[in-house]
Amino acid sequence: MEDWRKSKAAFAIFMAPATFWLLLFFTVPLAIIWVYSFGERGPQGQTELAVSLENYARAVEWIPLKILWKSLWIATISTVICLLLGFPLAMGVAFAPKRWKNPLLLIVILPFWTNLLIRTYAWIAILRISGFLNFGLEWAHGLLDAGFGVIGMPGLMGEFQPLELLYNNSAVIVGLVYVNLPFLVLPLYATLEKLDKSYLEASLDLGAGQWRTFFSVTVPLTMPGIASGVLLAFILSLGTFLTPDLLGGTDSMMIGNLIAQEFGPSRDWPFGSALSFVLMYVTFFVLWLRATVASRSSGVGEAG
Amino acid sequence: MTEARKPIIRIRNITKRFGSVVACDNVDFDIYPGEFFALLGPSGCGKTTLLRMLAGFESASEGEIEIDGQPMLDVPPNKRPVNMVFQSYAVFPHMTVLDNVAYGLKVTGVPKAEARARAEEALGLVHLEGYGQRMPDQLSGGQRQRVALARALVKKPKVLLLDEPLSALDAKLRDAMRLELVRLQHTVGITFVIVTHDQDEALSMADRAAVMERGKVMQIAGPGDLYEHPNSRFVADFIGKVNVFEGKVSGVSGGRLAVEVGGMGRIEVPHDGVAQGDVGIAVRPEKTRLSKDRPASGLIVLKGKVTDVAYYGNESHILLDTDAGVQVTTTVQNEKRSTDAAMTIGDDMWISWSPEDTLVLNG
Repeated sequence: MEDWRKSKAAFAIFMAPATFWLLLFFTVPLAIIWVYSFGERGPQGQTELAVSLENYARAVEWIPLKILWKSLWIATISTVICLLLGFPLAMGVAFAPKRWKNPLLLIVILPFWTNLLIRTYAWIAILRISGFLNFGLEWAHGLLDAGFGVIGMPGLMGEFQPLELLYNNSAVIVGLVYVNLPFLVLPLYATLEKLDKSYLEASLDLGAGQWRTFFSVTVPLTMPGIASGVLLAFILSLGTFLTPDLLGGTDSMMIGNLIAQEFGPSRDWPFGSALSFVLMYVTFFVLWLRATVASRSSGVGEAG
Repeated sequence: MTEARKPIIRIRNITKRFGSVVACDNVDFDIYPGEFFALLGPSGCGKTTLLRMLAGFESASEGEIEIDGQPMLDVPPNKRPVNMVFQSYAVFPHMTVLDNVAYGLKVTGVPKAEARARAEEALGLVHLEGYGQRMPDQLSGGQRQRVALARALVKKPKVLLLDEPLSALDAKLRDAMRLELVRLQHTVGITFVIVTHDQDEALSMADRAAVMERGKVMQIAGPGDLYEHPNSRFVADFIGKVNVFEGKVSGVSGGRLAVEVGGMGRIEVPHDGVAQGDVGIAVRPEKTRLSKDRPASGLIVLKGKVTDVAYYGNESHILLDTDAGVQVTTTVQNEKRSTDAAMTIGDDMWISWSPEDTLVLNG
């Protein structure tokens, strides 16, 4: 059969729906937001078109900048934890016996089958003062207390104080790690799966231990997968809205929440638009950074 | 005599099962220092599994392996005095050629300068001087294999394991590399154990070969013995071409065996082993002669009709339907340019060979 890509008419027909969809629901709204970001907020909160850089000036003022900085930090920490948890997980699935791979992979993507909102509420049920985690801790505390009582030291453990686990930055990080872990694991798994295992065997054969093999062979050879996974988890964390909204405290506001506030209660769409674009520029910068690093490392391969 | 020396590898009653599949079935033999040893057999015969057990990538279900006098049970691959050249070469694509070769030294704590110097030296050994700074993707398949060789040899292992080292090379390069490997083995004096499914490779390179089938070692012998004195139908058939006729032993006397073969009648062949009942009577194609007239007595003769002539330039392979009911292949050297003597399909010919060239195959 003739290659359908060679036929321009067929190509256009197949491409048309997706192109139209993206144009109408992605490019056009983005353009509107871009235009708004130069506008002004009217007295009743309506958006008035203008050519003003004031919104951008406000976006880089101290408070929004601090929130952006904090978002970057939380995204970084949650991504690092994702990587530390996700790498062994991806390796475990990729190196598992063949018949176990698909079931294990299914477990990794199983959370996607439930609504994100419900999954996040579940974390509230776990982390809150009277939640499952504190309940478990109290039970363990009581057990230890009884144990000390038996050996003649009653009251050594003191009164049980439930931990305040919810409505703070740690809760946000826990939530983000939970939500984004599969996004990091899947590309990493795909790369590890394709990795020729004889490279690892060769490293062992040449006298390297398991750790040395991991850092000198596995990590460099799966760098594209690591980069894709990390980038995905980072960008998703950076722009997140729901997780800090539900699990975060008063000082856990991230840039996504600020944008939501401007479009919602504050009714300042132009400022919200400008903030959105600042976030997008930051994301672009991260992507550009990755592209540069990638082209440099492959450049070494070609130049030699 | 090799048997007098202490073996470098002792394989004792090794059995390896993958689930219900028996990859190696009670394998038991020794390999001696300085040998070029081949594990030969069709795919799935267990030769690669055996090699991987020597390297430490698989553990035996039963039995023991000793390398250089040390039991290898529970010794991980990175602690074994062997190195391997992988079928895919497994040259690290993210390191320069020099870093690849120096890797095995660096990870075991050899100082950087010394590792570098020894890596350069190893590259010289495989004729890759000046390639140190290249990346693997700038090398040809043959060059990558040399890197893999240098990388393994630089470790000065007691045994070098090679997994189908020539299978990925084109025909011309393969022939050159055969000689190269033999030369290299003489230079470094290390025991080589090579896995191959190619009988020509094994015969031309190895001092001894173990022919394996379905996890069992069928015969261990030098190339000449494997070819001229195969101990079974499998080995005779796997190593080279062979014509086999079914016969029944009708008498034994003074080192000679009388056999009744359909279409040939009673023939007498020299045989010093035990044989009775049904046996295979076999002859290699190049040991047979074709003639238009019945040859002189003292030879084993058989009548046949030419059904096919396959011309290979230096020789021709003639296929004949014989009175024995078996199709027989004979080879004819094309010694002269003239094609006067050429056979044509349908010709009636006499096939003959000396009783001394006859193989008696049990089982």
